Amino acid sequence: MRRGVPTWLLLLPAVAYLLLVFGVPLGNTFWMSISEPTLGLQNFASILTDPLYARVYLRTVLVAATVTLLCLGLGYPLAHYMARRSGVVAALLLGACGLCFWISYLVRTYAWTVILGNRGPVTALARWLGVEPPPVLLFTTTASLIAMTHILLPYMVLTLYVVLARIDANLIRAAHGMGASHWQSFSRVVLPLSLPAVVSGCLLVFIFCVGFYVTPTLLGSPRDMMISSLIANEIETLLDFGSASALAMVLLAAVLVLLTVYDRLVGIDRILR
Amino acid sequence: MTHLHLRQVSKRFGAVQAVIDATLEVQAGEFVSLLGPSGSGKTTTLMMIAGFEEPSTGSIELAGRQVHHVPPNRRDIGMVFQNYALFPHLSIAANIAFPLKVRGRSRAETEAAVQGALALVGLQEMAARRPAQLSGGQQQRVALARALVYQPKLLLLDEPLSALDKNLREQMQIELRRIHRQVGITTLYVTHDQSEAMTLSDRIVVFNRGRIEQVGAPLEVYARPASRFAASFIGDSNILDGVVGTAANQLRLPDGTLLHAARPLLPNPGGGASLLVRPEDMHLGPPPSGADALTLQVLSVLNMGPHLLLIGQHGGRELRIRAPVSATALASEGSTVTAWWLPEKAWPIPPP
Repeated sequence: MRRGVPTWLLLLPAVAYLLLVFGVPLGNTFWMSISEPTLGLQNFASILTDPLYARVYLRTVLVAATVTLLCLGLGYPLAHYMARRSGVVAALLLGACGLCFWISYLVRTYAWTVILGNRGPVTALARWLGVEPPPVLLFTTTASLIAMTHILLPYMVLTLYVVLARIDANLIRAAHGMGASHWQSFSRVVLPLSLPAVVSGCLLVFIFCVGFYVTPTLLGSPRDMMISSLIANEIETLLDFGSASALAMVLLAAVLVLLTVYDRLVGIDRILR
Repeated sequence: MTHLHLRQVSKRFGAVQAVIDATLEVQAGEFVSLLGPSGSGKTTTLMMIAGFEEPSTGSIELAGRQVHHVPPNRRDIGMVFQNYALFPHLSIAANIAFPLKVRGRSRAETEAAVQGALALVGLQEMAARRPAQLSGGQQQRVALARALVYQPKLLLLDEPLSALDKNLREQMQIELRRIHRQVGITTLYVTHDQSEAMTLSDRIVVFNRGRIEQVGAPLEVYARPASRFAASFIGDSNILDGVVGTAANQLRLPDGTLLHAARPLLPNPGGGASLLVRPEDMHLGPPPSGADALTLQVLSVLNMGPHLLLIGQHGGRELRIRAPVSATALASEGSTVTAWWLPEKAWPIPPP
C-alpha cells in the first residue's frame, strides 16, 4: 500500500531550520575552541589549569544552586497549596504564575534595578526605618540572586504544581484514615510521589541559571562574575574567541551531563508509574 | 452490643442537606450495607463515620467513645476506597505495612502482620510487586488487606466493587463474606447496587434524599418495604395505587377492581393507598379462590433464560410478571391474560 508523504518529511523544515541557526554556529564555536589561535587543545588546557576559571565556574554553580534551593523552598509550599486547594485564591495564584511568563525577563530585570536602586522603595524603606546609610543592594550578588529567583520561580512552581495536582486526593485521605498524621501522610506519600517533579524543577532552574547572562550582568557585582559574563568579557574586551568558545563548550558539556542525569532520573520515574 | 451508634446525625453543605437526622445502631461483628442512589447521603454518612467530614449536628459513638470530633487518624477505622487508593510508589507489602509503620510498630511485628494479611487475601506471591502490576481484583484485595492489617475497630467499604466486571464482582462478594466471617470485624458497606447489598449484608440501611428510610434484614426489606422508595429501589416491583375500600385492607383501583392486602393499608388523609406485589408473586392462568386478579394486556414477553418476564398493562399502569418458561403457551404479545396473586403477597405501602 502506498502512503502519502513519509512522516519524517514533516520534521524536515524544523530540523533544517535548527541545523542552520543552531547547529552551524555551535559547530563553529566548537571549531574555534580548538583552532583559535592555533589548532590544538591549549584553550581547554588553560581553562582546566587556570584557577581563575575554576573559581568562576565554582561561583556559577554555587549561585545556580542557591537560586535552585531558594526556588524550591519558596515554590514547593506554594505549588502544594495550589494543588490541594481548589478555589479563587489557588486559581489566582496559578494565573499569577502563568502571567510571569508573559513579561519578558529583561523587563523584570530592569524593574529590579529600579526597586533595588538608590532611589528605589527598598532604600526608602530602610531610610524610613532609620537604617543609615541604607544597605547597598544593586550591583551585588544578593541582587542577582533575588532577581534570578524571581524570574525562575514560576518554572519551579508550575513544574511542581502539575505533578502535585495529579496526586489523587484519596491517597492522602487513605493515609490519614489509616493512622498517618498530616506530617506522615506528607512525608510518606505526597513527598515521594512529587520527587520526580522536584528533580525536574531543580534541574530546569539550575540549567537555566548556569547560563544566565542578562540578569547577573545588569544586577550583579562585576567582581562576582558568573561564567556567562566571563565569556562575554573574553569576547568583548579581550577578543579571545578561542578561550570564550572553549569556556562555552565546557559549560555546554556540563549542562549535557546534567541533562543525562535528568534523563536517568525521569527514567526511574517512568518505572514508578 | 452496640458497637457504632449514630444519633441524629445531619450534614449540611451550604444550602444542601446531604444527610438528615440519621440514627443507626450497628452491633459488633455485623455486616451492614448503606444502600441508595447517588446523592442519597450514604457516602456522606460513611465519610462522617471515617472522620473526613464532620457532622453539622448529632453525634457518632464508636466502641463506647464519642468520635465525631476526633481526626480520622485517631479513630482506628479501616477504609477501602472506590478506586482502592493504593500508594503507587510502594510495593504491595509496603502498602500493607503502611498503617503499621505510621503506628511505629516493630519490624518483626509488622512483617508478621503483613504476611498474615497477604495470606488472608491470597496474595503472598505478589508482595514485591507494585500496585500497577496487579489486576483490579487483586488491587481490591490489597486495599482490603491494608485496611484490616492493623485490626481496626471498624471496616468501611466505599463501593469497592463498582470498578470490577460482573464475574469478578460476584467472586469478590463471596470473598468479602468469607473474610468477614473469618475476621469478624464490624463492617459498613456503601453501595448503590441492591443485589450486592442483598447478597452481602446482615442488615440493609436504605438511604433516600439524605434520610434513612428503612433498616432491616435483606429479605425483610425486600418483602416488607417501609416506603415507596424502598419498594421500588430494591428488586422489581408492581405498585398499584387506588383508594381504601370498605375494609381497612381493601384497595379499590380507579376502574373499580377490589384488591386485598396482607395487613391494613396505609392511607393518606384523602383515602389514597397503595399495594406492592413482586413480579415473582404474580401468576398466570385461572385464579384460585381467595386470590386477587387483574386482566392484563400483554405488551411484551422477554425470555430471560431461566424464566420469562412478561410486561403487561392494566388501566394504563405497567405491570411485570416473572413466570416459568412453560407459561409461553398462555401469553403472547398483544393477547389478554389474567394475572393473580394471593392477598398475603400484597404488601401495603404509602400512597404517592
